[in-house]
Amino acid sequence: MTDIDVPLTSKKDWSSDQEVRWCPGCGDYSILTAVQMLMPELGVRRENTVFISGIGCSSRFPYYMNTYGLHGIHGRALPLATGLAVARPDLDVWVVTGDGDGLSIGGNHLIHALRRNVDLTVLLFNNQIYGLTKGQYSPTSELGKVTKSTPFGSVDHPFNPVSLALGAEATFVARTHDLDRKHMMEIIRRAHDHKGAAFVEIYQNCNVFNDGAFEQVTAREARSQMLIPLVHGQPVRFGTDGEKCVTVDRQGRALIAEVADVGEDAILVHDEQRDEPGLAFMLSRLARGPYEPTPVGVFRAVERPDYGSLVSQQMLDAQQRQGPGDLATLLSGGTTWQV
Amino acid sequence: MSDSTDAPGSDLHTVVIRFAGDSGDGMQLTGDRFTLSSAVFGNDLASMPDYPAEIRAPAGTMAGVSAFQIHISDHDILTPGDSPNVLVAMNPAALRANVGDADPGSTLIVNLDAFDERSLTKAGYGSNPLTDGSLSAYTVYEVPMTSMTLEAAKPSGAKSRDAERSKNFFALGLLSWMYTRPTDVTLAWIAQRFKSNPMVVEANTLAFKAGWNFGETAELFGAPVHINPTVFKPGTYTNITGNAALAWGLIAAAQLAKLPLFLASYPITPASDILHELSKYKNFGVRTMQAEDEIAAAGAALGAAFGGHLGVTTTSGPGMDLKAETIGLAVSLELPLVIIDVQRAGPSTGLPTKTEQSDLLMAMYGRHGEAPLPIVAAKTPGHCFTAAIEAARLAVKYRTPVILLTDASLANGAEPWRLPQLADLPDISAPFATLPNGITPDGSPEFQPYLRDPATLARPWAVPGTPGLEHRIGGLEKADGTGAISYEPANHELMVRTRAAKVAGIASDIPPVVVDDPSGNADVLLLGWGSTYGSIAAAAERLRRRGKQVAHAHLTHLNPWPSNLGEVVKGYDKVLVPELNLGHLCSMVRAEFLVDARPISKVQGQRFLYSEVEAAVVALTEGT
Repeated sequence: MTDIDVPLTSKKDWSSDQEVRWCPGCGDYSILTAVQMLMPELGVRRENTVFISGIGCSSRFPYYMNTYGLHGIHGRALPLATGLAVARPDLDVWVVTGDGDGLSIGGNHLIHALRRNVDLTVLLFNNQIYGLTKGQYSPTSELGKVTKSTPFGSVDHPFNPVSLALGAEATFVARTHDLDRKHMMEIIRRAHDHKGAAFVEIYQNCNVFNDGAFEQVTAREARSQMLIPLVHGQPVRFGTDGEKCVTVDRQGRALIAEVADVGEDAILVHDEQRDEPGLAFMLSRLARGPYEPTPVGVFRAVERPDYGSLVSQQMLDAQQRQGPGDLATLLSGGTTWQV
Repeated sequence: MSDSTDAPGSDLHTVVIRFAGDSGDGMQLTGDRFTLSSAVFGNDLASMPDYPAEIRAPAGTMAGVSAFQIHISDHDILTPGDSPNVLVAMNPAALRANVGDADPGSTLIVNLDAFDERSLTKAGYGSNPLTDGSLSAYTVYEVPMTSMTLEAAKPSGAKSRDAERSKNFFALGLLSWMYTRPTDVTLAWIAQRFKSNPMVVEANTLAFKAGWNFGETAELFGAPVHINPTVFKPGTYTNITGNAALAWGLIAAAQLAKLPLFLASYPITPASDILHELSKYKNFGVRTMQAEDEIAAAGAALGAAFGGHLGVTTTSGPGMDLKAETIGLAVSLELPLVIIDVQRAGPSTGLPTKTEQSDLLMAMYGRHGEAPLPIVAAKTPGHCFTAAIEAARLAVKYRTPVILLTDASLANGAEPWRLPQLADLPDISAPFATLPNGITPDGSPEFQPYLRDPATLARPWAVPGTPGLEHRIGGLEKADGTGAISYEPANHELMVRTRAAKVAGIASDIPPVVVDDPSGNADVLLLGWGSTYGSIAAAAERLRRRGKQVAHAHLTHLNPWPSNLGEVVKGYDKVLVPELNLGHLCSMVRAEFLVDARPISKVQGQRFLYSEVEAAVVALTEGT
């Protein structure tokens, strides 16, 4: 991916001339800023970069990036991006989707893109609400959510996007949030650098229809007690002075404990590269929702050949084995006769 | 034999043979082999499989009957034939399911060994038709095919259960003798096809020869029948099905467009064979993707088109329903996309393996909003090759989705096809944009993705990877020229009308419709489209022989129509539109040209018999 001739750029070069039209105060602004600030650091070219989206507030994202972009239809960003990434392995293809677009109407495509390991960077903005259609509950809304379409409270059990991605055999799964630009940039950089499908759930505040959905864990003053940073090879601990940790009991359950109670040796050491996804999945289930201590960072980052490379390799192998295809030979390849 | 044919032992001009058996009996394979030996011999032919939707319905039942019909002739023929002159029935169910299609006087060859009490009951026969006199109108040959196959195959060492499976080769050998087919083609094929299992080669070869020898020595059948080779246009020929021709046409189209081919599809009968065929040709640079669903298939093909590939998705009716939204997006993005609908009988799952032409109005109107697109239809199996190139040509040149309609009868039907001279095929390439084409208000160069070619109204196609042309497109309405999101009322109307004008303008880029009217004074026009070509043309010929002057026009372009179509339809007293639907093209013609066109409809999952078209024309034109 490193191209030493890539011209130096700044955030401005990656910003399109379109007026940004999200509601004032929307979490999408900070994600856009993080991505626009990150792009000059990635060593990639604007003309080789494509942002693809579906429908929803988050899906307006491509219009604001001064790259190639495709604003698709509801739920179908991943098929569009898959076709492009497989056809053009030379491109850097990004998908921007939301909890409605990516997990409800487009849920099927998400799981298949992840299992195929298509070389994409998927940013899922999770605000736990339908914003563009003005406030119905989404597949990540908490049980009992009162919205325009659920005046008596939602009776739908929600998805946990990180668990879902792990279950779909994703090779890279991470979580970050819209109030920490540095963390966002670090996680999105790692997602971009991952070869294969990289899935990032971004907690994103919808200040109009679901304000404060993540406040209990993402507010600056709450973070030390409520966010559990995952660092590869490091003991999983949090708290103002690292006094809390994640440990695994004798029944194999992940628990939050005081380091003082369980001892340093009992702290779970994070291993994002473990082939078996059980540990990552267990960590994804630690919080039942963004009101309990919640892990953020990279849950899983393993290597597996990506779909587009395998498709290209089969073509190259066939060409080496059979030589380049010749149409005249193909047409006369069956039984023929002369008249 | 029907009255148009001669007695055995003489030269025959034409014969229609149907092989029918249980779906496990290998009837499709038998038909294929008979077809190929006839093609190599030099007869014109048309063939048509008819198989059940169930992979293996219960053996011996009517639901499990699989049939293959072939029409061979010494002259140019147009259809797989109406009723069979010869019906080969491997069991009672096959006889019961097919005998109704055979005219009195035709020949039935039945596998006597299969007509036991149990099989008769399974087939729903109350008594044995071979003995109860119900087949007295036919010439019936009772041949103990199973037992003779077992006896013949003994030297191969195959167990009787395995040897019994060679009985289709016995039938093939017998029919090959009756119609003087060359044997070397079939024997060579058996040796090649089963080379990994010499015992099977031996058993099949022995069964085939036993069938041939039985015909020669049994003195049941008189002398073998000769059907002389047809006089074909000189060239190299191969026997081809519509799905294979279509797959090859797509490979050719990609080469002619100088684009890599990208096919994304979801398996669906009767379109899957196009995916199967194209997946073999990776050395041609063909990328194929079996998507997770029909929607993803259309989306991936469109994504590839955004990247500068020839994006294609193949499906059948139910898949078209699902792809509709993506096709609408392609209309809005104005990117090339070829959508192939191998039509089958609907609605819903309908009759998955049976043919129909009932998707025309969906292709035309089945999207929300004003979303016109070009529609092309293939008329014969071989024509699928040409139609695929034409669909790609329009897609690439006009940056538009194009729907190519074929159907189950074209997909699986086969005909001898003269290989095209590749040098004669058109260059259909359209270069990508590489430079800015507009100027910003402050005077600097910029790329405007919706600044059109004034002649074609096509927009520039700038693919990712091109420096300086970075741009964003989407399904939201775009400002004319710049492509920026626009909610301006007048701009929307301009864009709607411009997209419509672009598609309508294709009329000047396609050939006028040709009317087949040998006498030049017909007052009835038969107007058709797609796979009914052969049936309508044959019906028209028969009507003319009866002294009724009829003209036939057949459409390949359904949207837009050839520019002379209005003039043509207004030039006849009567316009009759035979279609395998309840009148789609007929309604369109009436609405557009205000002529009193009348439908001739059939919706039985079967193609038209030419006699049906003929009878309908007579009924609609006499006594009025």
